[in-house]
Amino acid sequence: MTGHALRDVVALSKRSLRHVLRSPDTIVTTAIMPVAMLLLFVYVFGGAIHAGHGKYVDYLLPGILLITVASGVGYAAFRLFSDVDGGIFERFTAMPITRSALLWAHVLTSVVANFVSLVFVVLIALAMGFRSGAGLSGWLAVVGLVLLFTLALTWLAMIPGLTAKTVDGVSGISYPLIFLPFVSSAFVPTGGMPAPVRRFAEHQPVTSIVDTIRGVFAQQPVGHHAWVAVAWCAGLLLVAYVLAMRTFRRKLS
Amino acid sequence: MTTTPAIEITGLTKSFGDNAVLRGVELAVPAGAVFALLGSNGAGKTTLVRILSTLSKADSGHAAVAGFDLATQTAKVRQSISLTGQFAAVDEILTGRENLQLIAELRHLDRRREIADDLLGRFGLTDAADKRAGVYSGGMRRRLDIAMSLIGDPPVLFLDEPTTGLDLQSRNEVWATIRDLAGQGRTVLLTTQYLEEAEQLADRIAILHQGTIIASGTLPELKGLLPPKKIEYVEKQPTLEEVFLAIVGGSGERRDGRPSTAVSR
Repeated sequence: MTGHALRDVVALSKRSLRHVLRSPDTIVTTAIMPVAMLLLFVYVFGGAIHAGHGKYVDYLLPGILLITVASGVGYAAFRLFSDVDGGIFERFTAMPITRSALLWAHVLTSVVANFVSLVFVVLIALAMGFRSGAGLSGWLAVVGLVLLFTLALTWLAMIPGLTAKTVDGVSGISYPLIFLPFVSSAFVPTGGMPAPVRRFAEHQPVTSIVDTIRGVFAQQPVGHHAWVAVAWCAGLLLVAYVLAMRTFRRKLS
Repeated sequence: MTTTPAIEITGLTKSFGDNAVLRGVELAVPAGAVFALLGSNGAGKTTLVRILSTLSKADSGHAAVAGFDLATQTAKVRQSISLTGQFAAVDEILTGRENLQLIAELRHLDRRREIADDLLGRFGLTDAADKRAGVYSGGMRRRLDIAMSLIGDPPVLFLDEPTTGLDLQSRNEVWATIRDLAGQGRTVLLTTQYLEEAEQLADRIAILHQGTIIASGTLPELKGLLPPKKIEYVEKQPTLEEVFLAIVGGSGERRDGRPSTAVSR
């Protein structure tokens, strides 16, 4: 039975990856907004921001990576919505397949598509002077954490993908997720924020994730930030997964 | 061929909130028949098909498809059916061939390329095989849709309003396709709101009205329910359909690419 489940996930992932390959613009547009922010903040606002000793692009990149994922999962929600809206979702669910494979295929596709977008953003950052002395293990840790974050946000995006009534509704998922990094340590240190804002910024997931990635890139000890970041991502992933699966089952009853 | 009905429904009910859509449906569809479920919009046709194809659960009552109980043998039911929903459920970004191969893969079949090529040929889609389904005409899309339903040879096919929204020529193409499906031991349950469609295609017809089956039988049986016929002389005028088809040249493209001769019917 699990062999079948795997075959179904593979078959459906191939399909949905083909969708991405045939509209490569989605990978580019996923990256365009984060890249535009990178340029804007480094070359326009960056001069006025005091964020420690290093280059501002080094400070900024981790937050930009999270924004890339936040905008990328909007497409995952959109692809699922299109399946539901177009009727092919019903065709698949009336077939003798493992039903959850329908969601897993979109989740895996989202991970792959986001990864490509992230590589694109990192290359731009490198061209803008971003440098890190982090070794292989450091980069693997960053990839692992961003992957966990991507999985959590993708499962969250499956919910509007299943329930949205219109295309506009489904792409709405990205906006609050893109906004969250602004009220964190992603763009400016939290120290200069008024107390209530600061309290929020320091206790929301983005800050711990950004601080961890920044620390790894700068080869500095990340301390408890790393565990808080992993706990946030894992917790969010668990909650999003449970809610998405419940929405999925409810849709099919 | 088995003697048990392909579909057997007793006392099926389904409500959405206060709205009782199905109020005790009783129906038996013999195996190997093309069975038309006739009803106006909102009669509950789609709800019934969704229940029979395991997409939705009934509130009460029993139903069996291909001899398997819907409630307890769901996996076996899914093995035995295929659903062609109200809107052609093809993947518009994939090509016709890829659509067919995908379904074959999901049914865990080997020799997927041969399966796809065979169906593309049978459904007159060979020339369009490597074009994206998104550029297909309505009729081609429906044909691809039905071809996808045949993969894995499920004994029971559900066609939910197969010609709604199609132009006349596409409709004729789809009718020809459905006629070809019959007589291979396969059971086809099609829903329609067009009386002519039921008359043209079905061996047996049931009328679903306000959530219950109010009549069921062969066309002559249903006609027998009416008062005895009287003979009148009416001058035969060509219908607009005949005029249209005569002018545009046949019922659209046939499988072999030659114009068909629907005009001479």
